[in-house]
Amino acid sequence: MDRKLLQRFFYQMKLIRLFEEKSAEFYAYGKIGGFLHLYIGEEAVAVGACAALRDDDHLLTHYRDHGWALARGTDPGPVMAELLGKATGVSKGKGGSMHLCDPERHFWGGYAIVGGHLPIATGIAFAMRYQGNDRAVVAVFGDGATNIGEFHEALNMAALWKLPVIFLCENNLYGMGTAVTRASAVTDMVQKACAYGMAGEQCDGMNVFAVYEATQKALQRARTGEGPTLLEAKTYRYRGHSMADPELYRQRQEVEKIREQHDPIEILRERILEEKALTPEELERLEREAEEAVAAAARFAEESPPPPPEALFADVYAQPIPGLGLEEGSRDAWQR
Amino acid sequence: MMEVAASEVRGAPEAAVPRAREVYFTEALQEALAEEMRRDPEVFLLGEDIGVYGGCFGVTRGLLAEFGPERVRDTPISEAALVGMAVGAAILGARPVVEVMFMDFVTLAMDQLVNHAAKFRYVYGEQARVPLVLRCPAGAGRAYGATHSQSLEAWFLHVPGLKVVAPATAADAKGLLKSAIRDDNPVIFIENKVLYQSRERIPEGEYAIPLGQARRVCEGGDVTLVAYSRMAREAERAAVLLAEEGVSAEVIDLRTLAPLDIGTVVESVAKTGRVVLVEEGTRTGGACAEIGVQIFEHAWDSLDAPIRRVTTPDIPIPFAPELEAAVIPAAADIAAAARALVET
Repeated sequence: MDRKLLQRFFYQMKLIRLFEEKSAEFYAYGKIGGFLHLYIGEEAVAVGACAALRDDDHLLTHYRDHGWALARGTDPGPVMAELLGKATGVSKGKGGSMHLCDPERHFWGGYAIVGGHLPIATGIAFAMRYQGNDRAVVAVFGDGATNIGEFHEALNMAALWKLPVIFLCENNLYGMGTAVTRASAVTDMVQKACAYGMAGEQCDGMNVFAVYEATQKALQRARTGEGPTLLEAKTYRYRGHSMADPELYRQRQEVEKIREQHDPIEILRERILEEKALTPEELERLEREAEEAVAAAARFAEESPPPPPEALFADVYAQPIPGLGLEEGSRDAWQR
Repeated sequence: MMEVAASEVRGAPEAAVPRAREVYFTEALQEALAEEMRRDPEVFLLGEDIGVYGGCFGVTRGLLAEFGPERVRDTPISEAALVGMAVGAAILGARPVVEVMFMDFVTLAMDQLVNHAAKFRYVYGEQARVPLVLRCPAGAGRAYGATHSQSLEAWFLHVPGLKVVAPATAADAKGLLKSAIRDDNPVIFIENKVLYQSRERIPEGEYAIPLGQARRVCEGGDVTLVAYSRMAREAERAAVLLAEEGVSAEVIDLRTLAPLDIGTVVESVAKTGRVVLVEEGTRTGGACAEIGVQIFEHAWDSLDAPIRRVTTPDIPIPFAPELEAAVIPAAADIAAAARALVET
């Protein structure tokens, strides 16, 4: 096994988990407002898929996007700063936790409207082909999004024109508080590929190797003109839908059982140690590095200033519209 | 590339515009599309039946032959996804021009326009731009019934991040569409279906008309008529009717609703003291409601009489041609409103 890849897998999965635990703490202290959707339990999906991507491939995700930004290589500091609504955040504090982005890494955002990004990802894939390159697009969404009209419209078009896009469904068994069995007529999301004559693959989303290999295969298909793939990763989130979720819809034992028997980080650790690919000391060192990175990100975010008042009217239009924000009374209104 | 204010074109005596020629409104739009596609390979067209069929109203007819199916892209009947695709392509630097067959169908793509296209730049802190044009055949007058005749532009005035353009003449249609395609923001471009078959003079050669500048169609001192799109033509006719009675009306064609050239309107109202606002959309929460308030905010002390609105009443567009004609504002309605104001 490739030692570098294993180190990346372990470090990133640990980084995401610790980052999410820290952000939960910030939320509890009231330092993060609004929504906060934690990725804990699903780390293998983002880490496995992003490792298969080329640097110039595109990525779009749902609103549970912190883990994806980190797996794509975005600096944890600006990600945490965005969660705290700081000027140094990846979206300058104006996007929030659901609207992270990192255009430098071709990460075009978390989307807070379920399924709304699937046509956009299809459009990016269209542009890639229009511009004549072999870059691919990965669009990540949950099981709930497969019941949205835009999902079906986008899959049809992508398959019709054989566009280089991978529709990666993180099936974590719940759309907010509604179990997939109560929301979808078919519970294996991969079945939804066949209506569009699209390749469909299913993989164990708790196993980073399985996700990595399935994504590689789908990328190969995309780059060689064979068209899109619907890739379903069966996964599980340990925490509620958001921090506000009282989790009345599932048993505590269900969560505990998966934590104990299928934890993606423990699965990876066991495999690494079993095959003696990395030593326990090396794993400990990686864990420490992840802890330090999260501590540094938290410090950076806390010490950063909030966006300045003049940021309020910036970036509404590509060129400033004369007078925008200067109408009589409007400036006073927000200052009050 | 010269920039021409259309007032210099339409208002000028014929001798002053030696190189003007007559085209249909649809042809003016097509010229804008073709010129921009030749100029910039990133411009491409996306829509239902715009290629092989030639476009529901023929605006794109013939473009498939010149530019091929990659650049004149027929799509499935999937408004949300095709507008979303345009948003995605635009983020990557393409300049898609989307035709929704009827403006009424934007209802199916509102998520993409309101939640994504209009917001990208703001929520991602200037790191994304969405240079996208959504061409919307709008308006009543062809007995298409309640779901194919609406004027829904007022909805988009309420969405920061979008621009809204609504030309009244063929010359403006061409020049404004070219500017819309070159603009780095999402632009809702409203094409009135009744105007499509209007045959008019436009300047020779390439020209663009900047967004956000109203056009003074004719000068007058007694009352100001403010309108856009097809209603600007009705207002112009109303001014002729009023002139026969000795009332001097100034007509302002807004051309762009967002950004709104309120300065030109206020300047005119300051002179006349009386204003009639005209739109084809329904009355409550319409474009004129906003324009009226802005006039009051900026020029209440210039007003010698209350602001009057002439709009479609708050009802769906009926099918029966007699009923349809009765609800759409016409020159006589506008003249009557202006007359009533001048008499107060």
